[in-house]
Amino acid sequence: MLKLLCPYCGVEADETELVSGGEAHLKREGPESSDEEFEEYLFLRDNPKGIIFERWRHAMGCGKWFHVARCTETMEVFGTYPAQTYKPPTKVLQEIKARRH
Amino acid sequence: MTVRLPTGGTVIDRSKPITFSFNGKKLRGYKGDTVASALLANNQQLVGRSFKYHRPRGIFASGPEEPNGLFTLGKGGKLEPNQVGSTTELTDGLEIQSQNHWPSLETDFGSVANVASRLLPAGFYYKTFMAPKQAWKHLFEPAIRQSAGLGKPPMDNDSDHYEHFYTHVDLLVVGGGIAGLLAARMLAPTGLKILLLEQTPYFGGRLIQDHDEFGGSSSGEWLTTTLEELSTHKNVTLRNRTSVAGVYDHGFVIADEKLPDPSDNSGYLKRRLWKIRTKRIVLATGAIERPLCFVGNDIPGVRLASGIRDFLQNYGVSPGDRTAVLTNNDDAYKTAIALTEIGLSVPLIMDTRMEIRGTLPTKARKMGIRVEPARGIGEVLGKKTVTGLEMCSQVGEGTSLEIIGCEAIAVSGGWSPTVHLWSHCNGKLKWDDSRTMFVPDWQKPPVDSQGKQNIFPIGSADGYLQLHDIPVQVETTVKFLAQEFEKPLTNLELPEAERITEEKCHGTWLVPFGMKPANRAKTWVDFQNDVKVSDIDLALLEGFESIEHSKRYTTLGMATDQGKTSNVNGIALVSHNLGVPMNKVGTTTFRPPYSPIPLGTIAGTAKQELFKPTRKTPIDAWHEANNAHWEPVSDWRRPYCYLLEGETVENAVNREALRVRTTVGMLDATTLGKILVKGRDAAKFLDMMYTNNMGTLKPGRCRYGLMCDENGFLMDDGVVARLDETTFLCHTTTGGADHIHGWMEDWLQCEWWDWRVFTANITDQYVQIGIAGPQAREVLEKLGEMGLSEEELPFMSWKKGRLAGFEVQVYRISFSGELSYEISIKASEGLELWKRIYEAGKEFSIEPYGTEALHVLRAEKGFIMIGDETDGTVIPQDLGLDWAISKKKDDFLGKRGQYRSFLTDPDRWRLVGLDVLDREEPLPHGVYAQSEDQCDFGHPRMEGRVTSTYYSPMLKRPIAMGLVERGPERMGEVLKFNSGGKMIKAKIVNHMFYDPDKEVQ
Repeated sequence: MLKLLCPYCGVEADETELVSGGEAHLKREGPESSDEEFEEYLFLRDNPKGIIFERWRHAMGCGKWFHVARCTETMEVFGTYPAQTYKPPTKVLQEIKARRH
Repeated sequence: MTVRLPTGGTVIDRSKPITFSFNGKKLRGYKGDTVASALLANNQQLVGRSFKYHRPRGIFASGPEEPNGLFTLGKGGKLEPNQVGSTTELTDGLEIQSQNHWPSLETDFGSVANVASRLLPAGFYYKTFMAPKQAWKHLFEPAIRQSAGLGKPPMDNDSDHYEHFYTHVDLLVVGGGIAGLLAARMLAPTGLKILLLEQTPYFGGRLIQDHDEFGGSSSGEWLTTTLEELSTHKNVTLRNRTSVAGVYDHGFVIADEKLPDPSDNSGYLKRRLWKIRTKRIVLATGAIERPLCFVGNDIPGVRLASGIRDFLQNYGVSPGDRTAVLTNNDDAYKTAIALTEIGLSVPLIMDTRMEIRGTLPTKARKMGIRVEPARGIGEVLGKKTVTGLEMCSQVGEGTSLEIIGCEAIAVSGGWSPTVHLWSHCNGKLKWDDSRTMFVPDWQKPPVDSQGKQNIFPIGSADGYLQLHDIPVQVETTVKFLAQEFEKPLTNLELPEAERITEEKCHGTWLVPFGMKPANRAKTWVDFQNDVKVSDIDLALLEGFESIEHSKRYTTLGMATDQGKTSNVNGIALVSHNLGVPMNKVGTTTFRPPYSPIPLGTIAGTAKQELFKPTRKTPIDAWHEANNAHWEPVSDWRRPYCYLLEGETVENAVNREALRVRTTVGMLDATTLGKILVKGRDAAKFLDMMYTNNMGTLKPGRCRYGLMCDENGFLMDDGVVARLDETTFLCHTTTGGADHIHGWMEDWLQCEWWDWRVFTANITDQYVQIGIAGPQAREVLEKLGEMGLSEEELPFMSWKKGRLAGFEVQVYRISFSGELSYEISIKASEGLELWKRIYEAGKEFSIEPYGTEALHVLRAEKGFIMIGDETDGTVIPQDLGLDWAISKKKDDFLGKRGQYRSFLTDPDRWRLVGLDVLDREEPLPHGVYAQSEDQCDFGHPRMEGRVTSTYYSPMLKRPIAMGLVERGPERMGEVLKFNSGGKMIKAKIVNHMFYDPDKEVQ
């Protein structure tokens, strides 16, 4: 039962308030893409044992989507950040580095 | 005989006798008794039959680890099967029944399974599943269903009440024993919000039973002082009768509270489920004693040494006149000493160790108790109760050296820290050879969201079994926590305790060490699931060497007690058998709950009308008053039809559909999703959302649109109305409203966040009323104030206006194929307008129609329904909706997906109409068409299925739609649909059954 800080409304939201949206930072492939690119976009996911960047929606709260850097093994959270970005913020990456040496 | 002693019993109140019954027999106990102690006090040693072999079984332990003493309690709405006798308090008039026997507990025919135990070896189920299918169905399953099992489920609704309770704390202390109380007492002055939960009705753990003095006074005084002191701290809450069931991510904990007997309480609430968020957990859960494995170790009268001591001291119940002790450690000597002190006989202590020099053995010897080193039990004598034992050499094969007469055998195989909660969230364990136990591995702890250790085991939960070790160990943890919370600690006084020397517990598992093969099949490891030493041998022999495999193959530790007494012995046997160290074998995964939680507790108040709220439209009461026959549609309830007096549902549906086709009907369409999309880029955005071109829609006009997911599959449909240059109103299906709104937000927030678009789900803000039928316009014109003629409001357009004095928006759209208007009005005014329309329509015989008539009308027209014609694998092209897919747009959601080869396959199943031949009734729902040829598996190949099927009152014949392989190219062909073996013929026809040329709407 995760507890995640919604970066929009500032609420420490219980998992029951949230909806998971899978891996973050995917690049959408449109009509011009090759079969391989489209397959990658639509189906291929890393599913790591370890650090993952993923999408969550504060569905029972402010309704905003945000991103989470989390460890799938220990459930540690390294940070949450707004979804309007192509890559994780430096602060989050530094936090991961600090805790994972 | 087990009897109540004339004195003693720290938790029973002898001034309050209560009566209860066991299998119909009237018995007496005292307030404070558990079901188990009361039964033992009445010499009820045989309490149940084992799961597989129906062996006679008695009370074995005194806590939640009890494997045998499970009972059915109460009757009717209060009946509860599989309740653990040693953790259930006795209440006045309680009806207790034993389980899993036939015809009676004493004479059980099932115990022939005992004789036939060779026929039920490890992996029995896996092996029989591989036997011929018929053998399982006709031979094994009926036999096993008859014989195996626990209590029977209740037949009545649960008449008790339950609730959920939420709380947030800084610190949760699990366990109100010595270590837990000490930690709470030390931390209380810091002001941290502390919750201490204790599973039993009383605090103190084993303090009073096992120790005379603590902290410079009698242990009783220390306990009283501690509880009094804690009660003065407002920041500390203590709860007894509350068992922590599971620890989850980020400090989420659930606990099951049993409320005291209703006779001395309000009587309303039975159990409460606690949902706790805590920053840190102090684990003071103690330890559980292990049994040893020897021949006949499951015969009633063989009991855990600590259990015998508990019943003696807490409840004043004697295990019998003579109790022999078998141990591999010093702790069991406490039982021998306690029995002797009270005046009962301990004929012998068999200790599997060679040298015994500790404080307790020395004391026992001084009291004159016979102690035999290096000895074990060759065999227990007796059938339904112990009558004696054969002593043997521990290192030998079991040859009888001496026969000892006794009524009870106290067993101790050492102690296992109760580490379940440490492990629920990933805390690892390590085998500590010097202490002969799995202990928490502090190098691999469970962590919180910041990666910091969040569970701190103390006392015997961390493997510190000696009282004098506990204060120092608790202090270390308390200091660490205070520092973490940045709270100063004031004068920590460590209670003093007597220092005793103790000999190391020996890693004895099998007694004797060289047990003969035949005897391994008479030696139990897991009592509740009837797993024997020979079963583990067989599993390993057959290659199930991983502990996770041997567990499942033998069912070791898989019963309701989850192997609290058996797991470590099982692991040790695997370790010895394979010659692999304990650490390598490891443990199986501990999962919640620690003790079973009743389903009623989990449900809480979420039952009957409170199970799930029903969404109702503002017109709901009118529907109810007009005899609506309800149907659940996603979270809403909608009228399926309205029943006239004496009318069948079928007739009502036909009447309503005909009414729309002949004069006029009205529909509460409020539940349809309504999403407002507004902004500079709204048109661009909707062009991505819908397959159609929405950007070209003129203000004032409506367009039917399709939404696909990125796979290209059809997801939702509905009419889009352009309100002005930058505003659109998107209608969705009833069930799709929330999902589609979330879907739009997902793309706006995460993909095109620079587009200026806002969305709002306004489904609840408006009532929507559908008026359909040839006379629809006449009805509305009576309400006046706005022009609704063909010229003023042509098909697929909308306008604002006033009807009956209300401000409305009228959409000229049709889902029935008739002349039809949908009127949108402020939710608060919806009911009034509905009534006014109904009044105005009376002269045209207007009738309300429900969802089923709506479906019939749309099916007659060949309109698709999301969820009927679609199932997440259907693309719009399959449904002949190519016209709604823009070829001009560069991109829309699903466009790329639809290019994929299997979606452009000409053999795809496509929408057609189906004319059933040779019968009057409609085709059954969902039936498949079978072709003449066969598929790869040798079965007939399927070439289509029915997606919608109705009786058409207008056409007076059954109609259906279906998806059929290359369907539209096969007009006129006859398909055979398989309905449970019966073949029904139907001809492929155009799916627009009624008014195919669209002359009416």
